[in-house]
Amino acid sequence: MLDAVRNQITQLKRHKFLFEELVKRDFKKKYKRTALGMIWSLISPLMQLLIMSIVFTNFFGREKPHYTIYLFAGNLTYSFFKDSTYGGMSSLMANAGIITKINLPKYMFLLSKNVASLINFGLTLVIFFIFTAVDGIAFHPRFLMLVYPVVTLILFNIGCGFILSALFVIFKDIQYLYDIFTLMLMYLSAIFYYTDDYSETVQKLFYLNPLYVYITYIRNIVIDGYIPAWPAHLLCLVYALGALGIGALIYKKYNYKFLYYM
Amino acid sequence: MKKIELNDVSVSYIVGDFSNVGLKDVIIQKLKGTYTAKEFTAVKHVSFSLEEGELLGIVGSNGAGKSTLLKVISGIMRPTEGTMAVRGSIASLLELGTGFDGDLTVRENTFLRGAMLGYTREFMNDTYRSIIDFAELTEFEDRKFSHLSSGMKSRLAFSIACLVNPEILILDEVLSVGDGAFRKKSEKKMLEIIKGGATTLLVSHSLGQIRRLATKVLWLDRGEQVAFGEPKEICDRYEAFLAGKQAEAAQQAQQAQAQPEGTGEDDDD
Repeated sequence: MLDAVRNQITQLKRHKFLFEELVKRDFKKKYKRTALGMIWSLISPLMQLLIMSIVFTNFFGREKPHYTIYLFAGNLTYSFFKDSTYGGMSSLMANAGIITKINLPKYMFLLSKNVASLINFGLTLVIFFIFTAVDGIAFHPRFLMLVYPVVTLILFNIGCGFILSALFVIFKDIQYLYDIFTLMLMYLSAIFYYTDDYSETVQKLFYLNPLYVYITYIRNIVIDGYIPAWPAHLLCLVYALGALGIGALIYKKYNYKFLYYM
Repeated sequence: MKKIELNDVSVSYIVGDFSNVGLKDVIIQKLKGTYTAKEFTAVKHVSFSLEEGELLGIVGSNGAGKSTLLKVISGIMRPTEGTMAVRGSIASLLELGTGFDGDLTVRENTFLRGAMLGYTREFMNDTYRSIIDFAELTEFEDRKFSHLSSGMKSRLAFSIACLVNPEILILDEVLSVGDGAFRKKSEKKMLEIIKGGATTLLVSHSLGQIRRLATKVLWLDRGEQVAFGEPKEICDRYEAFLAGKQAEAAQQAQQAQAQPEGTGEDDDD
């Protein structure tokens, strides 16, 4: 096990140059070399937030404090998940021309794609903090604990990306099913509504949704002003490692079989 | 020392299962019980070995399994049966021009491809100039890759892979790239690499090229290994085989003409 990890690390080092070049490529392709491209990817979540906050303030959040931040925290997490997994899903197929010709570790394509999503997420996060400050939530050392849900969320996204990219190679229609799935996920993640009105059992059921767990962790810290108890930490980690584990297993099993379907 | 050793290697593809249909079709087929996965063996029981500095020419008609065999040796695929040992760094040039990104510039693509072939950044910084010079693309460095002609693309791919002195070089129909002048130049470069001790595998439809360059020849036909050995003998046999096939085809054409309403027997290949 330790040897395998060490092997993996040396391999990672050997492919550092490739990784950097892939990141550059994905970045250039994503933003099409325009300054506007980058700004647009920031404007788009902000516009979404604006629309949601105008629409939903009139339905749900009128009497709740910091509703915009509540909304932003949910939307931020969901958008990152969606961006990262959609990019991840196509990462193998988009590089089919390379994978079928040159022997390279296939996870590199997914990881490089994730870097672009991650940068986007980071920038949105900065805007999120500006919003919280404007909304009268002062910075507190507790905020540093946000590193935990963010890191576990990144791992969770990568894991889901592994699973989806493998599925996409084999089942080309998975993207349509995934469209529906993400839509459903959005409504189940309590992005714009509160779960307080539901019964205790239903509230517990929400924790079956990994996104809800990450979103709630962030909201607890920023809006509710406390660090969640250990079960939340455990859940964050279990979902992240679970997705990563399943993804890694699929990649290991199908490493030489993806080729047949490309 | 033996650089490449293949022992009774067979490679199968999976065909006819869910590769062409979607998830819902597979579920429906599984429910109905009509789901089948077939295997197609592209390479059957191939054995050969190569010493350092040898050049193996691989001949055979389309669909003989040449490219599949190269994919196995370059580590993209695994043999389904048999064992294989490959010792040394591999530079593999399978079907030039693929794997480049049309949106990136020639310079960016050069570095990306270099990275894919496992070079270091320092090495690429040092070698970049000579790659571009060799490919004769000095004026095109900052052009989009998609704006290059196909000859230029192949020249670039060849230059990147060959300016590095790999231990094992895999070339699939590569030496037929570019115009006559570039072909000569690339052949010269290849000979240099081979003289430097590299072991080379070359797939080519040009028998003249194989006679000139190869030290061993492997003849494949529909996945089966027909012969492996001295170039002259095998090339002669292969030529005779091709001539026979051509004569057969001509005869059939004649028969078909004489008898316009064919008997329905299809003997095509």
